[in-house]
Amino acid sequence: MKIVLKNLTKKFPNRNKKQGGDVIAVNNFDFEIPDGKLVGLLGPSGCGKSTTLNLISGLEKPTEGKIFFGDDDVTSLPAQNRGVGLVFQSYALYPHLTVFKNIRFPLENLRGEDKLSKEEMEKRVKEAAALVQIDELLERKPSELSGGQQQRVAIARALVKAPRVLLLDEPLSNLDARLRLQTREEIRRIQKKTDITTIFVTHDQDEAMSICDLIVVMKSGEMMQMGKPQDVYDDPVNLFVAKFLGTPPINVFEGKIGNGGLYIGKDRVMDIKTSSGDKEVFVAVRPEGFILDENGPLKCELGRLEVMGRDVSIVSKHDALLNDSGNIRSIVNSDNTVDLSLSHVGFSLKKHKVFVFDKETEERIRFEV
Amino acid sequence: MYESDELNKIGQRAKTVKRIKNAFIYFCLAMWAVIVLFPFYWMLLSSIKSYATYNSEFVPKFYASSPTLANYADAFTAVPLGRYLFNTLFFTLVTTAVMLVVITLAAFAFARLDFKGKDLVFTLFLALMMIPNELVIITNFATITSLNLRNTFTGLILPSVTSVFYIYLLKENFAGVSDDLYYASKVDGTSDLRYLLKVLIPICRPTMITIIILKVIECWNSFVWPRLITDKSDYFLVSNGIQEIRENGFGRENIPAMMAAVVVISVPLIVLFLIFHKKIMEGVASGGTKG
Amino acid sequence: MVKQSQLKGWLYLLPAILFLGAFMIYPLFDVFVYSFEEGYNFASQSYFGTGSYNYAYVLRDPYFISALKNTFIIVIITVPLSTIIALLISLGLSSIKPLKDLFQTIYFLPYVTNTLAVGLVFMILFKKTAYSDGLINMFINFFGGKSVDFITGPYWAKMFVMCFYTIWVVLPFKILILTSALASVPKVYYSAAEVDGTRSIDMFFKITLPMISPMVFYLIITGFIGAFKAYSDEVALFGTDLNSAGMNTIVGYIYDMLYGNSGGYPSYASAAAIILFAIVLTITVINLMVSRKTSIR
Repeated sequence: MKIVLKNLTKKFPNRNKKQGGDVIAVNNFDFEIPDGKLVGLLGPSGCGKSTTLNLISGLEKPTEGKIFFGDDDVTSLPAQNRGVGLVFQSYALYPHLTVFKNIRFPLENLRGEDKLSKEEMEKRVKEAAALVQIDELLERKPSELSGGQQQRVAIARALVKAPRVLLLDEPLSNLDARLRLQTREEIRRIQKKTDITTIFVTHDQDEAMSICDLIVVMKSGEMMQMGKPQDVYDDPVNLFVAKFLGTPPINVFEGKIGNGGLYIGKDRVMDIKTSSGDKEVFVAVRPEGFILDENGPLKCELGRLEVMGRDVSIVSKHDALLNDSGNIRSIVNSDNTVDLSLSHVGFSLKKHKVFVFDKETEERIRFEV
Repeated sequence: MYESDELNKIGQRAKTVKRIKNAFIYFCLAMWAVIVLFPFYWMLLSSIKSYATYNSEFVPKFYASSPTLANYADAFTAVPLGRYLFNTLFFTLVTTAVMLVVITLAAFAFARLDFKGKDLVFTLFLALMMIPNELVIITNFATITSLNLRNTFTGLILPSVTSVFYIYLLKENFAGVSDDLYYASKVDGTSDLRYLLKVLIPICRPTMITIIILKVIECWNSFVWPRLITDKSDYFLVSNGIQEIRENGFGRENIPAMMAAVVVISVPLIVLFLIFHKKIMEGVASGGTKG
Repeated sequence: MVKQSQLKGWLYLLPAILFLGAFMIYPLFDVFVYSFEEGYNFASQSYFGTGSYNYAYVLRDPYFISALKNTFIIVIITVPLSTIIALLISLGLSSIKPLKDLFQTIYFLPYVTNTLAVGLVFMILFKKTAYSDGLINMFINFFGGKSVDFITGPYWAKMFVMCFYTIWVVLPFKILILTSALASVPKVYYSAAEVDGTRSIDMFFKITLPMISPMVFYLIITGFIGAFKAYSDEVALFGTDLNSAGMNTIVGYIYDMLYGNSGGYPSYASAAAIILFAIVLTITVINLMVSRKTSIR
């Protein structure tokens, strides 16, 4: 089932009446989620990603715009009739019901021609439980389960009625680090197996990058960019997206375009051709975009080395750097040696790891070498 | 510095003082327990003394030399005690059941549904908690009388099927249940009513039980309204029945039979209390009001 | 988050609003109307004018004056006494471990019993009849006193039984509330005070009482309200004809006016009810003011 959002907008009345005006949680969303894909809605907290999820689930009604599941316009359909499965951040398991009854609950609500017999329900519950591998736990109460097990029950409950869309709201945030890695693989596996269009909200870019077919990066109610994780990483449309994706984060410098060259501070790091005229810009360089080069154009003050096995992370400083940490982090192959007795280190840059953004609009400025 | 045996002495003395103090406390507590329990003992004791024995004891005895159950037979035959018990049971069950429906719906509306004027209505409801029964009972008496509902169960039951306090108690409890469960049940395809029945009520069962018990106690002991609204013994509740027995029952001053009746009407609640005493006491302590 | 129709909320509220409207809100206004319809009588369905005559009548009625007097005596004696006794018992309870639950359960028993039923037992314990002087008189005789008829005898004797029974009835609730209030005082305070060598009497006045004072005030306020509404305990001891027993209370007067030996006059009953409400409101406001002042200090 593909999902289409058309000019979707959600405004909330401002709680603070003095300020007046509405808070726009989702602003004019327009995108299509292809059938059978795992899509990550990604953004910092408060960016409207959960609101988007709630609009798709039907828990919120949009102020404007339309939502289509396949060819059906579901915009005015209440949540209970949309046939979506939703996994809550808190799991929202019914505390008074056993695991079995929790999973069966959505089936009991089916009416009319969809109504299932008791045997059919039991079969479906067992299938769902088997899919998430909790067959052994069916008679337990939620309070007797670990966080990871509760998570699986929540997924089984969402899947049992064979939803048209599966929605996951920050599904991993309540799990500890080890379980998180394991569970995200699990989500990927289940999604592949069931082939249900799945939308997954997270603020953790690692999570989204690692398992999603597509990611949608959001910022304060606006969609910034949508695409395959690697594409978005390699080709961010603006500074926000560039900064949001990648660990360690991208290094941002103050720079300018002039005399046919790109400058970081006073260092002319590249000769470039661009359609925009000379101007002040932000220059962003991925950590892996640095090449150790004594005579390289970018001269930095050497800090320390962090050896991470295969790679070495070089921590250095530059006057034009804008990173919050105050340090440049560059990752180079550990075969390279750095003489720590030197006070400075030189880099040349990999062209496709360098992004230039307009200082005013923070939009990408494309260039050629 | 103290010598060690001096320290010992101090410790010893502190211990003795503490022991005496403890003994005194236990003595006082036991005394009060006797005062509380004695009327119950006396009602049981008197109820198994025969009429003749009871009246012959100018100095009452603390034991029954020839216990008899005849008074219990008298209590059920000479006066319609069975009728009173049945009336009270019926009144209690119906009132409690109807009230549960009314307050659950109202509490759910306040806790979960959205509509204009909700806060205003809720504030008004809370304000009603301060209105004493004595102020409204006069008109209620007139209303029920003019509706020709005196000496009917309808008339007995109607005014007591809402309780603002219980609505408040339940609303707070409902509101404490995570919003996510409501949204989950929406996504799972439930209506509001089904959510209330299948999720909210089971989760809030402890509070519901407390409310039920408190209401049952209140109904079982209610006296004033039934006294106003019934004057035919066919509709008397136990409280009115016992008053009737005291004033006109058994033809003569048959104290043992009276005591048998008192035992019979007291036993159901005492049994209920013994079973649920933890729950009842917790409920009253948290609810904090009587009636 | 989920939008519902406006109607649905009101629909769920409808039963409660109907019942409260009919049996709480409408009567609340109606009682004032009654109270100004002079001499309205159920039997004749007529009144002879509007004005404050009902109030004047009630306030001059000797039965009302005596009911007022009785009620005040009951309030003044039972409220402080029951609070103090409950406090002492709760302190005792919270200082012991074995048998604590048993005592607590026993003490709570009167709360769940039918006060009219147990009132009968009190009556026979105190009553002096032709056959027997009753158990209490037996004790009085044993200590050399003369038998007294507490139920139909002298006024002070009746008042004594009345107050004794009232306290017996109200104590369970107060003990329960105070015991749980005491249990909620953090133990650290006592440990700290003990280390500092504080005497236990000082501990009570400097730690315990201030910590539980909100609950004590709550009990005093509800105690006043409850005691002013005394009625069924009186009926339990002295029968329904409280006027002739000389033990009527304000609430008893209201009910008698409404329906009883002198009944059928809802306007007098209303006037009396409003006077009672005014008294209770005044006392409650004074109580609240005192408690606020005390807790600020």
